Amino acid sequence: MAKKENTAPVNNNDTEYSLNDDRRVRVLSPGMLVAKRFLRNRLAVTGMIILIAMFIFSFIGGLISPYKQDQKFYRTDVQIKDYAGVIFNQEFRYTVADKEVYDGLAQANTVLALQRNETSFESDGTNFTIEKIDDITYTISADGKVVAITSKDVVSSSTSNDYFDFDFTYAALMATANGEKSFECEGKTYTVDKDNSIFDESGEEYAYVSQYIVRAVMGDVFLSRDFKNKLIDAVEAKEKSFVYTDEEGNEAEYILSFDASKNQWDIKQETDTTIFDTYSRPSKKHWLGTDRNGMDMLTRLMYGGRVSLIIGFIVVFIESFIGVIFGGISGYFGGKVDNLMMRIVDVFYCIPSMPIIIIIGAAMDAANLDASKRMLMLMIVLGLTGWPGIARLVRGQILSLREQEFMTATEACGISIPRRIFKHLVPNVMPQLIVSMTMGLGTTIIIEATLSFLGLGVRFPFASWGNIINDVNNVFVLTHYWNIWIPAGVLLLLTVLAFNIVGDGLRDAFDPKMKR
Amino acid sequence: MQKFIIKRLIQSIVILFFVAFIIYAIIRCLPTSFVEAMARQKSMQPGSKSYQEWLDQLNQMYGLDGGIIPGFFHWLGRAVRLDFGDSWKWTVPVVDKFKDVIWISFIMGAVSFFFETIIAIPLGIISATKQYSKTDYAVSVIALAGISLPTFFFASLLKLVFAVKLGWFELGGLVGRSYQQLSPVGQFFDKAHHLVLPIVTLVVLNMGSLMRYTRTNMLEVLNADYIRTARAKGLSEHKVIYYHAFRNTLIPLVTIIGGSLPGLFSGALITETLYSISGIGFVSYTSMVSGDIPFFMFYTVFLAVLTLLGNLIADILYAVVDPRVRVS
Repeated sequence: MAKKENTAPVNNNDTEYSLNDDRRVRVLSPGMLVAKRFLRNRLAVTGMIILIAMFIFSFIGGLISPYKQDQKFYRTDVQIKDYAGVIFNQEFRYTVADKEVYDGLAQANTVLALQRNETSFESDGTNFTIEKIDDITYTISADGKVVAITSKDVVSSSTSNDYFDFDFTYAALMATANGEKSFECEGKTYTVDKDNSIFDESGEEYAYVSQYIVRAVMGDVFLSRDFKNKLIDAVEAKEKSFVYTDEEGNEAEYILSFDASKNQWDIKQETDTTIFDTYSRPSKKHWLGTDRNGMDMLTRLMYGGRVSLIIGFIVVFIESFIGVIFGGISGYFGGKVDNLMMRIVDVFYCIPSMPIIIIIGAAMDAANLDASKRMLMLMIVLGLTGWPGIARLVRGQILSLREQEFMTATEACGISIPRRIFKHLVPNVMPQLIVSMTMGLGTTIIIEATLSFLGLGVRFPFASWGNIINDVNNVFVLTHYWNIWIPAGVLLLLTVLAFNIVGDGLRDAFDPKMKR
Repeated sequence: MQKFIIKRLIQSIVILFFVAFIIYAIIRCLPTSFVEAMARQKSMQPGSKSYQEWLDQLNQMYGLDGGIIPGFFHWLGRAVRLDFGDSWKWTVPVVDKFKDVIWISFIMGAVSFFFETIIAIPLGIISATKQYSKTDYAVSVIALAGISLPTFFFASLLKLVFAVKLGWFELGGLVGRSYQQLSPVGQFFDKAHHLVLPIVTLVVLNMGSLMRYTRTNMLEVLNADYIRTARAKGLSEHKVIYYHAFRNTLIPLVTIIGGSLPGLFSGALITETLYSISGIGFVSYTSMVSGDIPFFMFYTVFLAVLTLLGNLIADILYAVVDPRVRVS
């Protein structure tokens, strides 16, 4: 732009300058000529605009976005959970007195004896006597001493989930079976009402005897007697659901279902559960929805773009650095040195990068290295396998450049060889180098994305456009959640396309032979 | 000519030697615990060799117990006899597995290469003859888009449209569910049907560069003096382009096409993996992901051979097609 000030406005001041005055001529530096030619290429300018937009999106977008790269979002969802189970007890349950021998074999023999209506049986050398209390309650004695009581009724505590010991169970069962109004146990007097609830001396309900067993699924949940009674009423009325309001006035709905295999009613409750907000649809809060980890898609895309672009630049820098040094030296010296160095380039040209990254990745998997080390490995391997192309380009250009007169001049001036190569030859290769670096950026981004897509490149928690699209491996995402993978793919395509178009435009712009 | 070919051949062998050495060195640089872990893991598989046997086999195969250089010569000695050892993943000799899967890759490569050529070359020539026209821009953008499209994204799009929405093709695999019940002709068509999407993917992604290459070379030829002469003679434009210009464009085209012929055997690692077609690309991908070192060694050396062969063919063809090269 500085040159433009020298250009006098030709129309107005025609008279002031003579015809052969230099100021009548518009002077443009070679750089400006290139810029001019580039700007005239509409396609290339479009590419440039896309690239600038992409840079703003990835580098500034991440700062503007209200969310962090790995911020997870949650949503509450109504889930039906098992709450309690109700069993109408049809089997004899045995309570054995302390320190008495009444094992499983004896229990089995008891059942056999009861079926045959016998009042005594023998088991394992001991004689037992069965005494009937009522239809569902029997005591078993050995040597005149009660060793166990069996009943279809169950004694449950009204205040906790604990079970009672034999003495209390025995006393309670005997009392209810005989229809007594009160009984004594361990020096305390308990009263029994018509519902078979047992009250202690202070008048508080202490326990109850019932054929229904109600237990909460979670061990730490205690079900009140009132709740159990209402629940049993609902079960007996064969209702599908019932609503219970507890003492604090909280209302909750419970769903009842009968499980025939367990002979039990399952009580289910609808509860609000916090879960990761995965695969949510685009909304005001998340413009592109959320991904499988419940992270904001748009923010992931911004950070992914940053990772893809940074990796692209670093890899291309490594490639060009090695390529320019190698190609420059090889091209300058020519002859045997050139021959040898080019064979080395051939060797590296033959080494495929993909299998190496895959096998090193497998070894890194075995060693459980973290994601940032993998990213570093990826850049190094891509850089080290990508430079032969640039070395060949630089060498080819320098081979012809070194025959030109300005090189004879540098030699005459006694400039050192490294200076001659890197100060006088390499800058002349710059146009071709810039073009090939621009194209190289596109290629590198594709390779990086492909590897990340296969899970070999950038890995979670880092985002990359490749690993964002990785979700399509899940066919359900492929078909139902376009918002997960289409945007990343479009961004990737646009960026690489823009790099290629700009590279192409630069090539044309740098070429002075171009006719327009 | 003969001398030239022999010289290049010897050069290629020397290069291959060093390539193999570098690949071997990379394997040796992997932590040994990895090799041991792999051997242990492999020995857990039902019906597999014992841990010690695997370890012994590895040591014997790669000379892992010796230094890098003796170890390399040990491996090389067997490799030149095409003995690349047993694959860890497939538990059969690597070369046997390779023989099983290479043909499907080659067929895929050859068919897509055929379509690439017949689409890309005419389009490239049209775009060059009508430089800066709308057609030229359209072709350029299509070519660049093809180069820029990430394989996995394009394949996913194709799958979504043609396999899921339209249901014309299947998502992946080489044979359908009822393959065994089909007649030989039916089996052929079943396989062909499954190969349509992968081949379309390959054609669209690969034709871009050939299109650009044709265009650039055609432009160069069109700017040459003899074309101006031909026009000055008053020849019809059609004759100038398809008789004088096109024949000269063929020189670089034949060279590049000849040079890419060996590449047909290399398999499309990504495309085959995406469509789960068990060609050499997919098979080597699955083996390498699970850390199958014998297969990795084989596949990388194989790829290097193909690259060298491609260069060799390109050089020779260049000398054959272009009489100006033969003098030097």
